Amino acid sequence: MPKVKVDGVEIEVPQGATVLQACELAGKEIPRFCYHERLSIAGNCRMCLVEVKPGPPKPQASCALPAAENQEIFTTTPMVKHAREGIMEFLLINHPLDCPICDQGGECDLQDQSVAYGRGHSRYAENKRAVTEKYMGPIVKTIMTRCIQCTRCVRFAEEVAGVEEIGAIYRGENMQITSYLEEAVSSELSGNVVDLCPVGALTSKPYAFEARPWELRKTLTIDVMDAVGTNIRLDSRGRQVLRCVPRVNDEVNEEWATDKTRHAVDGLVRKRLDRPYVRRDGKLHAVTWDEAFAAIASVDHGGSVAAVAGDLVDCETMFAAKALLGELGSSLLEGRQTGMDYDASSLAAVNFNTTIAGTEEADAILLVGTNLRWEAPLVNTRIRKAIKKGAKVFAIGPETELTYKVEWLGADLAVLGSLPERVTEAFGQAAKPMVIVGGAALKGAHGAALGLVETLGLVKDGWNGFNVVHMAASRMGGLMLGYAQKAGISALYDAKLSFFLGADECDHARFTGFKVYVGHHGDRGAHHADVILPAASYAEKAGTYVNLEGRVQRGERAVFPPGDAREDWTIFRALSEKMGRTLAFDTIDELRAAMALDCPELATLGLKTFAWNPPALGGTAEGVLDGYPIKDFYLTNAICRASPTMQRCSAELVHGESFAEAAE
Amino acid sequence: MLADKDRIFTNVYGYQSWRLDAAMARGDWDNTKALLELGQDKIIDVIKASGLRGRGGAGFPTGTKWSFMPKEPKPDRPNFLVINADESEPGSCKDREIIRHDPHKLIEGALVAGFAMRARAAYIYIRGEYIREAETLFAAVAEAYDKGLVGKNACGSGYDFDVFVHRGAGAYICGEETAMLESLEGKKGQPRLKPPFPAGAGLYGCPTTVNNVESIAVAPTILRRGAEWFAGFGAENNRGTKLFQISGHVNTPCVVEEAMSIPFRELIEKHCGGIRGGWDNLLAVIPGGSSVPLVPAKDIMDAPMDFDGLKAVGSGLGTAAVIVMDKSTDVVRAISRLSYFYKHESCGQCTPCREGTGWMWRVMERLRTGDADISEIDMLQQVTKQVEGHSICALGDAAAWPIQGLIRHFRPELERRINERGGAGDLAPMQEAAE
Repeated sequence: MPKVKVDGVEIEVPQGATVLQACELAGKEIPRFCYHERLSIAGNCRMCLVEVKPGPPKPQASCALPAAENQEIFTTTPMVKHAREGIMEFLLINHPLDCPICDQGGECDLQDQSVAYGRGHSRYAENKRAVTEKYMGPIVKTIMTRCIQCTRCVRFAEEVAGVEEIGAIYRGENMQITSYLEEAVSSELSGNVVDLCPVGALTSKPYAFEARPWELRKTLTIDVMDAVGTNIRLDSRGRQVLRCVPRVNDEVNEEWATDKTRHAVDGLVRKRLDRPYVRRDGKLHAVTWDEAFAAIASVDHGGSVAAVAGDLVDCETMFAAKALLGELGSSLLEGRQTGMDYDASSLAAVNFNTTIAGTEEADAILLVGTNLRWEAPLVNTRIRKAIKKGAKVFAIGPETELTYKVEWLGADLAVLGSLPERVTEAFGQAAKPMVIVGGAALKGAHGAALGLVETLGLVKDGWNGFNVVHMAASRMGGLMLGYAQKAGISALYDAKLSFFLGADECDHARFTGFKVYVGHHGDRGAHHADVILPAASYAEKAGTYVNLEGRVQRGERAVFPPGDAREDWTIFRALSEKMGRTLAFDTIDELRAAMALDCPELATLGLKTFAWNPPALGGTAEGVLDGYPIKDFYLTNAICRASPTMQRCSAELVHGESFAEAAE
Repeated sequence: MLADKDRIFTNVYGYQSWRLDAAMARGDWDNTKALLELGQDKIIDVIKASGLRGRGGAGFPTGTKWSFMPKEPKPDRPNFLVINADESEPGSCKDREIIRHDPHKLIEGALVAGFAMRARAAYIYIRGEYIREAETLFAAVAEAYDKGLVGKNACGSGYDFDVFVHRGAGAYICGEETAMLESLEGKKGQPRLKPPFPAGAGLYGCPTTVNNVESIAVAPTILRRGAEWFAGFGAENNRGTKLFQISGHVNTPCVVEEAMSIPFRELIEKHCGGIRGGWDNLLAVIPGGSSVPLVPAKDIMDAPMDFDGLKAVGSGLGTAAVIVMDKSTDVVRAISRLSYFYKHESCGQCTPCREGTGWMWRVMERLRTGDADISEIDMLQQVTKQVEGHSICALGDAAAWPIQGLIRHFRPELERRINERGGAGDLAPMQEAAE
């Protein structure tokens, strides 16, 4: 723990800290452009220069200089002030003064730091450089004249996203940042470079010219596009969510978000269900809420009532439906729409026990039937980090590009029973071994994978290396609330009355009874419904979600649902009254209290650990996996399918269509 | 004047063949095994005692540099020697002559130096434009391999040592030691941050020493003839002999080996046939390659040509590439051309150099024609100060120094041009192509 003096104040800094970190610990603000906590150090913007003694008589880049014992650091001397002014002047000589039309305006590091550390005028009288725009895909808009060559985007693509597709070409003042051959960046994380860019060179294409940051109301909530539970902030104006940006949560998403998380929000205003419908003579007719409720109340269900939870719903919705079914004398609850019927009697056996952050520490990893890059991209980035620390990764399943080096063991699940020696050897030497079972294998190989716990020694003191990756935000919450039947969804097919809670992925035609769709988008589920009750999307309700590692998180409401649509739980509450079985909660707080009684884990927020008592399933796995559950990363749910941005991403990045851009 | 018997580069004029047999006849590869048998520490001690300072420009003591290398390299992190033959500094051409005419001195030096620093292999990074020279070097290395002088059991010493020749692609910045390592690794040639220094983490993250061609090529001769012999030349702290490359307005430009600390006048009179038009016609001299400040005639004439002597007149020895300019020179244009060179060769990685070199060149071009304001001279001076010392590598400094030298010594000339043009008060700035 070296002791250093920052502007005369002595502080102790952690071993290996840089001078910049030491200054921050001492409460000094050091301006920077290229330095970013989660990326490697480039040291090229030179904005963080400070004076250091002992050392050469010139300012030093504090981001790259290790703090050493008895160092004296000065951040306010004339030398430092002049250095900052000089760098600021250099950065601005070729930066266009187009702030009034720049989307970064108001949240621009260059703006802020030039006010704080610049001279206020420029002595540069020559012509400014202009740089042609680059094409980086449907998410990232480029205005490369504004680029200050900090290379954050280059480092992000290489280090975090794992696609070496952004780089610098040419040199000197002609240096330009571009994507490889100016093709779309083929990463599901490309939108993060927009946040990383300290200036307006890389901005969000779908959000271009939509709003200024100070016009937006910012709501903290949880993403539902996958089961990771990315912490997000929804920026809205009036009744519309204009953009979604990630919040920092080192335990979950660090500060990244997938492109789907960021850009599916434009689907929130399209194809929305904004009034109730009832099917008469084969056609859906708009009706009032009372008429819709009456149509449901008139169904003679005789206690045969089912509820199917969609992928995006919150725990409150699922609990309200469960409560109604309970009143009606049924417990036919299921959330695994695609027909999965794995044993859910022990939550630990279907949980991501290692935790997302814990994945970084693993030293041997076996992926069983999972395309993590699409199923949980932000878990995938953690595996990249583990590999950087020396982890070995093996995988069973059809070969796919995971952005890191994987040793493929074939697509035949039978290999689970006879793992090659190099795998058992690697796991034998591993202190923190990890198996990740994905959706493709969960169906037929759950038992065989649980068998590995014993043979590979996955569970030990302070370490549980057995992990299941879910793909739906509602899955863990659903399993906790009992949305699982032994026979899977097929147990529900014969129910006389079925509620679909935004369930769009199941085979609706198999349901023989009266179908009620409670959801927000006019997608597959609505097409099959006898009654449609318009509900709220994740942006329009406060909800509790449990992510794939069992972390209970709660989001707030950003905007109101459109038209006559209502928050889901209020729909069930109102319906219960019409059906003569009034539910015992009138407010969301009362509902949550009831839910906490039903499922105590949902009473408090934070990571829940489930007792490790896996069911003895046994059995061997066989069969060759012919693919992964997600066929198209960008179109996995109703909101994405309604989003023009996601459709464009799908067409271009998954299906390889090319989009010609007008030169303008 | 250096006696012929004391010359290290006996074939620098190319009167004899560069081939192995001719080189051996000149004394190269003569019982190299015995040199290696001195032992690693002894070799480094001799080089230290000889006072050899790096010939690439910075003048860091070579023996000390070698001693920074780990004494017991790990098997998975071998030591490497990288030899900098990316001689791209305007005015410098000594490495070219060594490789053209005496390549075996370099290869033998690589073995000796590599052995001393316990290196597994040497990489010779040769400038892309040196096409014939690269061919010569490839052939010479092949000759050495054929005779078992390098490779497995080099020279029968029991030491395995490989020599690889790698051609650059013509970027000046790849002559910077860490940019050279990046380039060798196949990446874009951009300097790395220091620390870590190459001796800790260099090529492929392994301990590496980067040396200039001349520093390496003189090592075997120093070992053969002894540290005292080498230290017998030049002034204190500036020992040895050195290849001087005199170009410009002298009667017979040449590359010549001379003792360090030789006075400028003697160097020019003895080897270059004097200044074109006589000594009164001398305007200024850039004594160490384009990146050092120029020195006006009156200061340079009797200055000793060594590190300290030229530092005393506000310049530096650099690579001893002496660019002589007589009074027919448009000195502003000359420096402006150098500014263009640095703008062109800046790698673009860090802000001051990327933005500053272009700015400085554009102002220099306007000063050349007088299309500027008097106050812009001071502004330019401040801009050079904003670049100098703020960049990752020394290219920023190298771009700033020539301009600082010009302003220091030729400010009246700059002002004259501006005044003759009538000031730039009501003139629009000159239009430049964006490129």
